Amino acid sequence: MITRLGRWVLSRLRRFLPEWLLTAPSLLWLLLFFVIPSLLVFTVAFRPPDPYGRIGEGWTLDTLARLMQPSYPAILWRTLRVSMVTTLVCLVMAVPAGYWLARQPASRRHWTLLLVILPFWTNFLIRIFAWRTVLHPEGFLQTSLVKLGILSSNASLLYNEGAVLVVLIYTYLPFAIMPVYAAAERFDFQLLDAAQDLGATRFQAFVRVFLPSIQIGLLTATLMVFIPALGSYAIPDLVGGPSSEMVGNKIAQRVFTDRNLPHASGLSALLALAVILPMVIAMVVRSRHPDKVPVEREKGGPREGGAQG
Amino acid sequence: MESILEIKTVNKAFGAQRVVRDVSLSVKRGEVFSLLGPSGCGKTTLLRMIAGFERPDSGSILLDGTDVAQLPPNRRQVNTVFQNYALFPHLSVADNIAFGLRAEGKPKIEIQEEVHRMLDLIRMHEHAHKKPSQISGGQKQRVAIARALIKKPKILLLDEPLAALDLKLRQHMLLELDRIHDEVGITFIYVTHDQDEAMSLSDHIAIMNEGVIEQLGTPAEVYELPKSRFVAEFIGDTNLFPGKVASVEGSDYCHLEVPGLGKILAYQDRPVAPGENVTLSLRPEKFNLSREKPTVPSIQNLLPGVVDTIIYMGSETRYVVRCGEFKLNVLRQHNRCLLEEKPITWEDSVWLTWHADDGNILQSTNGTPATTPNADSAP
Ligand SMILES: Nc1ncnc2c1ncn2[C@@H]1O[C@H](COP(=O)(O)OP(=O)(O)O)[C@@H](O)[C@H]1O
Ligand SMILES: [Mg+2]
Repeated sequence: MITRLGRWVLSRLRRFLPEWLLTAPSLLWLLLFFVIPSLLVFTVAFRPPDPYGRIGEGWTLDTLARLMQPSYPAILWRTLRVSMVTTLVCLVMAVPAGYWLARQPASRRHWTLLLVILPFWTNFLIRIFAWRTVLHPEGFLQTSLVKLGILSSNASLLYNEGAVLVVLIYTYLPFAIMPVYAAAERFDFQLLDAAQDLGATRFQAFVRVFLPSIQIGLLTATLMVFIPALGSYAIPDLVGGPSSEMVGNKIAQRVFTDRNLPHASGLSALLALAVILPMVIAMVVRSRHPDKVPVEREKGGPREGGAQG
Repeated sequence: MESILEIKTVNKAFGAQRVVRDVSLSVKRGEVFSLLGPSGCGKTTLLRMIAGFERPDSGSILLDGTDVAQLPPNRRQVNTVFQNYALFPHLSVADNIAFGLRAEGKPKIEIQEEVHRMLDLIRMHEHAHKKPSQISGGQKQRVAIARALIKKPKILLLDEPLAALDLKLRQHMLLELDRIHDEVGITFIYVTHDQDEAMSLSDHIAIMNEGVIEQLGTPAEVYELPKSRFVAEFIGDTNLFPGKVASVEGSDYCHLEVPGLGKILAYQDRPVAPGENVTLSLRPEKFNLSREKPTVPSIQNLLPGVVDTIIYMGSETRYVVRCGEFKLNVLRQHNRCLLEEKPITWEDSVWLTWHADDGNILQSTNGTPATTPNADSAP
């Protein structure tokens, strides 16, 4: 009995070992540089702060209790909302851009791609400061909008959530365009012909064939925008105001101003939880209700349609 | 039989390149109509105009009496089986087949039933849930056909559907296509560069060359009575004799003077006048080959030759026979050479005979001997 079990385990092992060996390096990397550091950060939330800004001795739940501050849910919600809107707008702009890029002749494609990544040649902070100039109350944009009567003179383009959104979208758009383009470039555009041939309109062909075919690109783009947007603090710090603070700003304040590392790590954990929890729920729901309804009838169902054929 | 598709003087150019030139043809309801021609002759372009992916520069395309030349593909009752299938990789076989009806917004029950019928037709029930990447080339082909047929098109367009398959599978799919056509009774327009496919499947064949239809007819017509040198050479093998009409014999026959060969008797497929330059096409299997000089009636031609090459191919044997300045292709299907006491072999002197009716005087003058400047007139 035991030898049989042993043999079975061995055969299993042999079957799955190569796969494990292949994924082992990346798993190890994830473990060493992502999972363990994250866990370390989260454990800090259970430590007391110390007056010199270090991590104190012992364990406490004080920090977690202090996370119940009334201002935090609003900030957390704003962070999620701003990040989601940024992601959505970036995707909506990246899809046509990626589609268009993929349909260009190779020579023009390389030029346009270069234009997409050109902003990265300028330092991130300098680009944000450039936006401050553009949106400044005495800047060109506001003065001309006021002159045209579109904007009242005491309105402000800067230091609000709108400004944060604009600059976030501006900053992360290339990160959305690149993966969408990479997926679109591998897309067989004859499939759109086939869809139209089967009676789909151009729009239907786009939605039912193009979008599902580039879903990996869309997913990558979503992660590439959503995750950094969630953690952003420089942008809301520089172009936002007190009414548009994000969790990132709070974390930065706890670290640099209050020198309260446990509190900062508690906020980080809260943010991570706020993202991971809906994802886990969505995954569970999806696995319970697969969205592909099989066309095939169950066995034993009526078959008169087939009999006529 | 009435025609379901009428194409009238359709033209299409890409830039300066005229890809389809003054094409007119008519396809009868329920038939298999082939567009046959070498790669790059404009077959796909013509097909794409019928499907609606390209607009003709001029001319009309009448589908069941209405001009559809300017309609988009989704508003024509015509469906296409694409050259490389173009199955949707993210959808299962069943969902691929259902795509057309879902786009129409048909009720779910009806879609299920139709998909079921199509899976019956292509005999692929057990693969209904697989993705296109999990099935073989022949199966993809069948899914592509079912996906198009579920729309009940007036015409099914097939663009080189078997080109990507290996020989054995191609032969099998050819029978399969024939069966499917018999079962659904829908008109097929079949594009191919393979003459065997076209010959075995079609009711009518249009032979295209450089954007022009060289000849349109039944498989037997285009094989037995090719109008041009191009058609004669493209469909099967042939021997071409460029010559001059020496004399006209009654209303049916004429003598041709073929430089480097001699005088031969030929049936007048078209009225000819003495002195006219003509080209005679003679298929390799029309010859009779013998070692002894046969006695033949005057209606037969008789020429001496020397065997240059023998290619034994099992079901048939090909001979190349030197005859005057010509090297003639001769085909013997009923091969008994191994059983003959003394089989015909290399450098044997042989006699070639053929019936005057078996040659075919080409309509067009292209392929005339080099002595006259080549008047390369279009048919
Ligand atoms: N969209 C296009 N743009 C430019 N030239 C084209 C286009 N489509 C086809 N052609 C040209 O037209 C000619 C005929 O092509 P095609 O109809 O695909 O031939 P076939 O299907 O008979 O091989 C070819 O020389 C091809 O290069
Ligand atoms: Mg083609």
